[in-house]
Amino acid sequence: MANVISDETIEYVGILAKLELSGEEKEKAKKDMESMLDYVDKLNELDTEGVEPMSHVFKVNNVFREDVVTNEDTHELILKNAPQQKENQFKVPKTFD
Amino acid sequence: MSLNDLTALELSKKIKDKEVSVKEAVLASFEQIEKYDEQLNCYVTTLKEDALKRSEEVQKRIDNNELTGLLAGVPIAVKDNICTKDVLTTCSSKILENYYPTFSATAVENIEKEGMIVLGKTNMDEFAMGSTTETSHYGITRNPWNTDRVPGGSSGGSCAAVAAAECFTALGSDTGGSIRQPSSFCGVTGMKPTYGTVSRYGLIAYGSSLDQIGPVGKNVADVAALADVISSYDKKDSTSVKREYAFYDSINEDIKGLKIGIPRDYFSEGLNEEVKQAVMNSVKELEKCGAIVEEFDLSLVDYAIPAYYVIASAEASSNLSRFDGVKYGFRAPEYEGLHNMYKKTRSEGFGSEVKRRIMLGSFVLSSGYYDAYYLKALRTKALIKESYDKAFAKYDVIIGPAAPTTALKIGESLSDPIKMYLGDIYTVSANLAGLPGISVPVGLDKAGLPIGVQILGDCFKENNILKTAKKIEEIAAFGKCQIAGR
Repeated sequence: MANVISDETIEYVGILAKLELSGEEKEKAKKDMESMLDYVDKLNELDTEGVEPMSHVFKVNNVFREDVVTNEDTHELILKNAPQQKENQFKVPKTFD
Repeated sequence: MSLNDLTALELSKKIKDKEVSVKEAVLASFEQIEKYDEQLNCYVTTLKEDALKRSEEVQKRIDNNELTGLLAGVPIAVKDNICTKDVLTTCSSKILENYYPTFSATAVENIEKEGMIVLGKTNMDEFAMGSTTETSHYGITRNPWNTDRVPGGSSGGSCAAVAAAECFTALGSDTGGSIRQPSSFCGVTGMKPTYGTVSRYGLIAYGSSLDQIGPVGKNVADVAALADVISSYDKKDSTSVKREYAFYDSINEDIKGLKIGIPRDYFSEGLNEEVKQAVMNSVKELEKCGAIVEEFDLSLVDYAIPAYYVIASAEASSNLSRFDGVKYGFRAPEYEGLHNMYKKTRSEGFGSEVKRRIMLGSFVLSSGYYDAYYLKALRTKALIKESYDKAFAKYDVIIGPAAPTTALKIGESLSDPIKMYLGDIYTVSANLAGLPGISVPVGLDKAGLPIGVQILGDCFKENNILKTAKKIEEIAAFGKCQIAGR
């Protein structure tokens, strides 16, 4: 089965992935994804009827702990990593008018 | 004999015996770095000043018998996806070109507690996505055995640095083979422990259900000792496992009666003949030492890579959504509004392989495709785990190649992603099933490139793979710590 990725799909995936691709990049992404999906379709040869999806190899449970601060205050250092900051906060472009 | 010919354990003993100072060891590593790293590019960042300063402090604490561990005073390199407090941590990506973590990974805290000295941060495939260390934003790393060849990846910088004696030992990370395959290409020993053994706290996530930090060293003893140092139960990693281990103590256990399974499916088409022969010879020698060898059908081998790429890409698309130009790292210089800033930042900050996987991951998780791709891959993972459970009911270890070939030429594999992904065929299933695996060098091919043998064990049975690897190392006489090109 050959997969065909439409312009709409690649546009939609770009929105989900928060990536802006140029026209050329989009064409390449379509081709890449088509060939990857053709390859992944190999999994359809396997009968997985009744098999539980395994997200984790070991039995894991939620691990709870008291929400206690153990580290020192590093907010200045954290903000130093931000591309832009203002009055002790991360600065982002205007989000609404 | 130069200091750089010593293994990490030999060096540490000499430091304790006052034959060598910690500072001399650090300087010996930097002598190699200054000689070779311009060409090899194993490091993204080196920390000479910090390391020298710390060597004095560590020396005092060794002299006062405060630091008595097996690896106290040993210089180590750390892969650049493992956070180091106040030290640039890039993941070899432009998007983290200026990221200085405000904390260290638990594994880094553990090596510091031991009294090891961090020399610098090693190059890797961007966000650990790749098998050649060619996708780094900071230039390719070259294989010290032959500089026209790749070191493998994604922990290519760590493995090449150990091979070139630009450090005594190193930390890597393994999501689909990223410690074992470059160890094989660089003629060093590298282990991926059982999932949950080394805390992932501070390891910048790629595929969280698969990622595991592990040791790279000149020989099995060094790797086992370093594994003991970095392993710990950690409340900060909710998948951390409380377990018993004594890796170093297990390496000299007898292998008489050890049951070895040889998966026929690992020796079929696609495997280089010289690699195949080297692996089979090692197995024959183990048989002479009293191991019981049997061939078997592992099955499902061809399904591991497609399942892996679906799961890893899905997790990556979610994990990498945090890189948005707000809290740290690169922000695009020009944009219009918030969403456009996100998009521009990510499009300019990520390289093409990372974008390829984020796109694929976003697609397989999107409504309408989630069941057909993502859940299908998780069901396949369950079947793969089951086939390993069956195998380990019969065998103590499974032996095969670490990679289908020896080190590839630079530029050879990037053009065809699926071909590149197929290079991971022997390693990815251990990540899907959470198993420990080790690659140990056994010799050189006709071109003079190292060949690695991979040993897989059941979960929590690192002792079996370590003692087998130790035996193979003794038999192969590859040189207990052969330095590339000498």
